Amino acid sequence: MSSIGTGYDLSASQFSPDGRVFQVEYAAKAVENSGTVIGLRGKDGVVFAVEKLVTSKLYEPGANKRIFHADEHVGIAVSGLISDARQIVETARTEASNYRSQYQIPVPLKYLNERVSMYMHAYTLYSAVRPYGCSVVMGTWSEHDGPQMYMLDPSGVSFSYFGCAVGKAKQAAKTEIEKLKLADLTVKELVKEAARIIYLVHDELKDKQFELELSWVSKDTKGRHEMVPREIAAEAENTAKQALADIEDSDEGEM
Amino acid sequence: MAFMGDMMNPAPFWQNGPAPGAFYNFPGNSASFGPGSHTVQEFKAHSASPITTTTTVIGVKFDKGCVIAADMLGSYGSLARFRDCPRVTKVNDLILLGNGGDYADYQYLKSIIDQKIIDEQCIGDGLQLKPRSLHCWLTRVLYNKRSKMDPLWSNYIVAGIQDGEPFLGTVDKLGTAYEDAAIATGLGAYMATPLLRDAADKGPLDQESAKALVRKCMEVLFYRDARSFWRYQLGVVTAAGVTIDEPTDLKHDWSLAHMIEMV
Amino acid sequence: MLNVHGDFPEYAVPGAKQHRFEPYADNGGSIVAIAGEDYAVIGADTRLSTGFSIYTREQKKLFQLSARTVLGATGCWCDTLTLTRLLRARLQMYEQEHNKPMGTPAVAQMLSTMLYYKRFFPYYVSNVLAGLDADGRGCVYSYDPIGHCERSTYRAGGSAGAQLQPLLDNQIGLKNMQNVTEAPLPREKALALIKDVFISAAERDIYTGDSIYILIITADGIQEEKFDLRKD
Repeated sequence: MSSIGTGYDLSASQFSPDGRVFQVEYAAKAVENSGTVIGLRGKDGVVFAVEKLVTSKLYEPGANKRIFHADEHVGIAVSGLISDARQIVETARTEASNYRSQYQIPVPLKYLNERVSMYMHAYTLYSAVRPYGCSVVMGTWSEHDGPQMYMLDPSGVSFSYFGCAVGKAKQAAKTEIEKLKLADLTVKELVKEAARIIYLVHDELKDKQFELELSWVSKDTKGRHEMVPREIAAEAENTAKQALADIEDSDEGEM
Repeated sequence: MAFMGDMMNPAPFWQNGPAPGAFYNFPGNSASFGPGSHTVQEFKAHSASPITTTTTVIGVKFDKGCVIAADMLGSYGSLARFRDCPRVTKVNDLILLGNGGDYADYQYLKSIIDQKIIDEQCIGDGLQLKPRSLHCWLTRVLYNKRSKMDPLWSNYIVAGIQDGEPFLGTVDKLGTAYEDAAIATGLGAYMATPLLRDAADKGPLDQESAKALVRKCMEVLFYRDARSFWRYQLGVVTAAGVTIDEPTDLKHDWSLAHMIEMV
Repeated sequence: MLNVHGDFPEYAVPGAKQHRFEPYADNGGSIVAIAGEDYAVIGADTRLSTGFSIYTREQKKLFQLSARTVLGATGCWCDTLTLTRLLRARLQMYEQEHNKPMGTPAVAQMLSTMLYYKRFFPYYVSNVLAGLDADGRGCVYSYDPIGHCERSTYRAGGSAGAQLQPLLDNQIGLKNMQNVTEAPLPREKALALIKDVFISAAERDIYTGDSIYILIITADGIQEEKFDLRKD
């Protein structure tokens, strides 16, 4: 990609001669600099895992969360500029709330995704605004529709996924996710896989500290999106660390 | 209907724009310039009376919590119209809510309360709305509506656990609010409160005696209140949480009725 | 458009009740306040009622606004709640802006202004304000619902106000008495008088009863006292 916009990159309302909107591509760059976020859609629910990079030791543990609730039944994991992402989450919450007040039922994720995508897309059209510098993954589980998961990016495009990854190490993470038999795995198993993948793709040299955030929404949680309980999360994290240590040991052995 | 606007008096095609031939449009003047000047509704007629109504709701405190009960009838005037109107509900782990009055007004406010709880859960800090706060909030909502001469025709009883202690309070359609150990609204104020206060004055109730007392009150009310019903809900709130029993069917026996003579 | 503004006398059939929403309620309750040389006492009953039914027997109607000011408010209880909450908020704002609590005469004036602000949809509340003024002397202010304010040394307000005021006029104001000498009213006498006066009120006024709360305001602080009345 040409890093010089040659004057066509100053506005989201103008195409470049070869048909690109540079502002949107720059927004995507902002997401690529962020910690890795993965979403896994299994047999009975959806699991989110976030590699939350901690940029200062002065932050309290748990500060600047990257997993949110949009409603009782919808979880959102975000990567990119946190302040932009928070605004998107707020939009999603408002949409979910409006839907409830109109129809007295939880908003279907398909519809919520459509609304939030339209909102993000609107910010790629005008010169007075800049696109959102974040990608979000939304997930839910219901008795009727089973697990569902969508990922939307700054361009306003969104797709439904079995497994998705976004952020710094999305390529490595995707390679790992592809090895999983997602449709056969339960959320309990997926939590371990998710933690393992985040630890595996984390670049210890470039980013020293990170916190692992884990959440799920599944049949077991009765369709409610919840943070993974502390013991289960700790267990998954320990297994992940162990797996990583094993790999490093074997690497040394080979050398 | 809100989507359709006023069909009898449609808005001009070009709203807020200048009238044909005019260059300016000053706010507040549009009616005099606009095509087919809009009739301004000087007086807004507000709902002045309830439509589908429910009767008494009763609540009583016991040593470790509160009980609320209410029957499930929705009356359409004197017609016993709807027989499955639940109005004792769980708000969260700390609050049990009971209602009487216009059922539509209740459903409206209930959906707002439910959304409040969801908003709170979305924040995810684990904090929960407490009964005294909800009670105060209801006071403000109902008072503001009455001040607009557009009341929500309702009585609410808020029961819960406030910092470990039982809480029982009520609000009416004006925003009149108070706390007490025994509360009954509507006709129950005349027939149930004396029974509840008698029992409460004899010493602190425990959960079982409080439930038995409330069930007795529901029975008395069923025999005397013409807008009451034999199926009712009973909810309990303690530090352990909120439980609402499956609707109970009151066993009624009118075999004595023919012996009662109205002189 | 259908002409809904026209006269349709045939709709005004006799027997069809025109139901209008009544935004006010009379929830009863009485207040008595007496100011002395260096104290003020104020008492209010604890019965909250409507018509022939008693909502609760233990509703406090005295509102401590500061260390030297107490408001007694009865009448339409929902208005009382709103007014006192607003008042508390205004006092807090004053305190944070001026770094001192508002003095009793200032509270008295502000209350008057707040009541008059709602001149055309009034707070239906009978207010009696008691406290110590800037010189430490007891003072009592009383109001009508739309903000008329008057300072005095004793006042009865609320549902039994009209019955109690003449009694206070006689006992404290020494009205219609011969060969009496004016002397400052001792605090104990004032306290006893308030109790007696409420006992009488409870006999005649169904909206007054159950018990009274009395607050005694002195430079040393505010003391609380409870006294039972008949509960029927």
